[in-house]
Amino acid sequence: MSVLSVEGLTHRHPGAARPALSDVSLTVEEGEMVVLAGLSGSGKSTLLGAACGLVPHFHGGELAGRVTVGGLDTREHGPGDIAAVAGTLLQDAETQVVMGTVRAELALPLENRGEAPGAVARGVEEAALALGIAELLDRPTGELSGGELQRVALGAALAGRPRIILLDEPTSQLDPVAGDELVWLLRRLNEEWGVAVVLAEHRLERCLAAADRVVALLDGRVACDAPPREMLAWAMNAAPALATPGAHLFAAAGLRPPPAGVKEARASLRARGLVPERAAEAAGKASSGRRRATGSPLLRRLRRRPAGPAPALRLSGVWHERPGGRTVLRAIDLELAPGEVVALMGRNGAGKSTLLRHAAGLMSPTRGRVEAAGRVALLLQHPGDYLIGDRVGDLTTPPALAAAGLERLAERHPRDLSGGERQRLALALVTAGGGEPGERRRDGPPAVLGLDEPTRGMDRAWRGELAALVRARAADGAGVLLATHDAELAAEVAGRVVLLGAGEIVADGPAAEVLAGGWYFTTETARILDGAGGALLPAQGAELLRAPRAAEAAR
Amino acid sequence: MSHLRADSALHAARAGAGGAFCLALGAAALLYESPIVLAGVIAAILVAGALAGVGPALRRAALLAVPLAVIVALVNPLVSREGLTVVARLGEIPVLGRLDLTAEAFAYGAALGLRVVAVGLAAALFTAAIDPDEVLRLFRRVSFRSALSASLATRMVPVLGRDAARMAEAQRTLAPDARASRPALVGAVAANALDRAVDVAAALELRGYGAARRPPRPAPRPWSRHDVGIAAAAVAILALAIAGRASGLGAFDAYPALSIARDAATLLLAAAFPLLAALPLLERRGVAR
Repeated sequence: MSVLSVEGLTHRHPGAARPALSDVSLTVEEGEMVVLAGLSGSGKSTLLGAACGLVPHFHGGELAGRVTVGGLDTREHGPGDIAAVAGTLLQDAETQVVMGTVRAELALPLENRGEAPGAVARGVEEAALALGIAELLDRPTGELSGGELQRVALGAALAGRPRIILLDEPTSQLDPVAGDELVWLLRRLNEEWGVAVVLAEHRLERCLAAADRVVALLDGRVACDAPPREMLAWAMNAAPALATPGAHLFAAAGLRPPPAGVKEARASLRARGLVPERAAEAAGKASSGRRRATGSPLLRRLRRRPAGPAPALRLSGVWHERPGGRTVLRAIDLELAPGEVVALMGRNGAGKSTLLRHAAGLMSPTRGRVEAAGRVALLLQHPGDYLIGDRVGDLTTPPALAAAGLERLAERHPRDLSGGERQRLALALVTAGGGEPGERRRDGPPAVLGLDEPTRGMDRAWRGELAALVRARAADGAGVLLATHDAELAAEVAGRVVLLGAGEIVADGPAAEVLAGGWYFTTETARILDGAGGALLPAQGAELLRAPRAAEAAR
Repeated sequence: MSHLRADSALHAARAGAGGAFCLALGAAALLYESPIVLAGVIAAILVAGALAGVGPALRRAALLAVPLAVIVALVNPLVSREGLTVVARLGEIPVLGRLDLTAEAFAYGAALGLRVVAVGLAAALFTAAIDPDEVLRLFRRVSFRSALSASLATRMVPVLGRDAARMAEAQRTLAPDARASRPALVGAVAANALDRAVDVAAALELRGYGAARRPPRPAPRPWSRHDVGIAAAAVAILALAIAGRASGLGAFDAYPALSIARDAATLLLAAAFPLLAALPLLERRGVAR
């Protein structure tokens, strides 16, 4: 029996020139886990909005077709009624959590339904236990981390035991650890509670292994509706930006069918006798694979001061200790050469953003010194924060707009830009000149470019564009410091990876060394190949996989 | 201003008792004009705030209330035509007419200012120490939507504050000539607040707020020692304030000539407020959540 049925759905947002969804039809059965795939602007969020009743009851617009959720027709029932059968989780947990404590948050949907106090208390306890947040029940929501907030919001969506959960990129604000945990939590709930799940996600490699089916949207239309492996086979031909790195790896190595996940990929390689030698065992050389920052800070500083050109940026023994709070950075020694791209990685709260702020002079170290060869341009996590004005053309000069490829958008309001366009415009603004502190301000191009999570919530198409921009800046001689959870991006552009843990540098070395041996802070290719050959990207992995076959063919 | 978590008797008490405690302190301030009694009420609020662990929040509230009180104190002599002791003759002023500043008008303005400070601090104590979710629960059967709106309004303050700080920080990374003007920044913060409000409204809809039904009566909760202590203190503060007023204690007349009661009973009344406010907060058993 279908818990969600969409028939011939077309929707146009108010004032939009073209529909966000065109003649979309699909069904989701009880207990299914379906992933919604698509590039930014393909209609994923609109489809989820239509399923939970926000479209059209809350967001307005023109709607044709029919959506039925748990037997409720969304033309007749608003989101309040639909909430009884469908739980919804949107991207930004901060504005979805509306109560002061976790307990009150989980209780709200049940209380809205007029449940008796006993039923409310039981629902709260069960949702908390299912999500592993029982110890958070009396914590204030204002003190929770991003991952905890997202779990609490999911708990509130689940507290009423809905028949279906609708999730719009719930992992976009999370680090890889919390993101993976959330996806597997959804799978567990799907299996144990039998609740159907519809999950819109950009990072398909994170969730395809858990999915029963994938619905791919292209320009507001359903382009593919198939099990993960078949969808990947379709994507490799029709929409390569939607294919996972694993699928690209297999395609480049001439292997079929594409794998839905790491486990499947490894099984497939084993069956073909193509398991490369593990990096860790390929000589004890890997013992230094993760070059841990050892020795005293002074020794480390001496060791890292080779004769050569002056660094673009140097942090010497930088500490950041919050007054009355925790120590965010501990004795950070870091040098960035001109033209070098360094990826800063680590879980949420490891100190990446704070380090970037110190580099840009937005913060002063409580101990230590920061020196830059010139201006440090920094693009923070929310590009919209830079775009203050009513017209794109008013924000920067025409040549800067043209250089960013945005001259055609000069008359638009900044809020009407897509996520990628906002990032590009904000990047054009921060690199255009100036910056704090005053004594470090110089004219001309920046000596250092800092980027804080520039692919957060962005699709793969933007990642490719960003990689080109970063390379161009580096080629111009700027040192680039890139704080990211996106290992694929780090592998693509960074020559060096610095891994932060609890404010300390726990590994610092070439990307191939630091990323290849990891599990969370690594690429899907490296996971599949278990770090063999230091291959991080599909093309490198495919070369590794083709080598034994080529040798065999030669024999 | 937003709710602060702390382990104190005021936090541990039910919202009804805690709210009554803050209301009683505010009511005491409204019942008296005497600077001596008002000083006692302000001391009571500050002592309660310090013992409840929300002293910094009261300090921040005072930064707003004190300048407002100074304005009240300075404006009163300009609009008052009463008082016998002229301290300055400003002559004919357009619109205001003949203006003589009197010591009595200054004194009355200062008393009004003290009252503004006392009421502001009582409100700040309520916001900082009383759990808004509990308050929401208290009023949900009467007017759930109004209570939720009020509760959300206080909760969004820190979120909006963080948004504004983020925008200001982003502007600092730009060249001085590329930075947004202050009015543009204020406009962007306001627009962002509206965006946030829309997001919260959507989240509420998704939690079934649009179809909210009248909740059943909650099960009775046993009264804890803190519920009893704080409620008793609220009753005692209010009763003392009313009784003192009824018996003429804390008399204060600014006009035509300044007259402030400074008898022992008035001084005792002023001293009783901090004492009554502090007593239930000295109990530390079972304050942690």
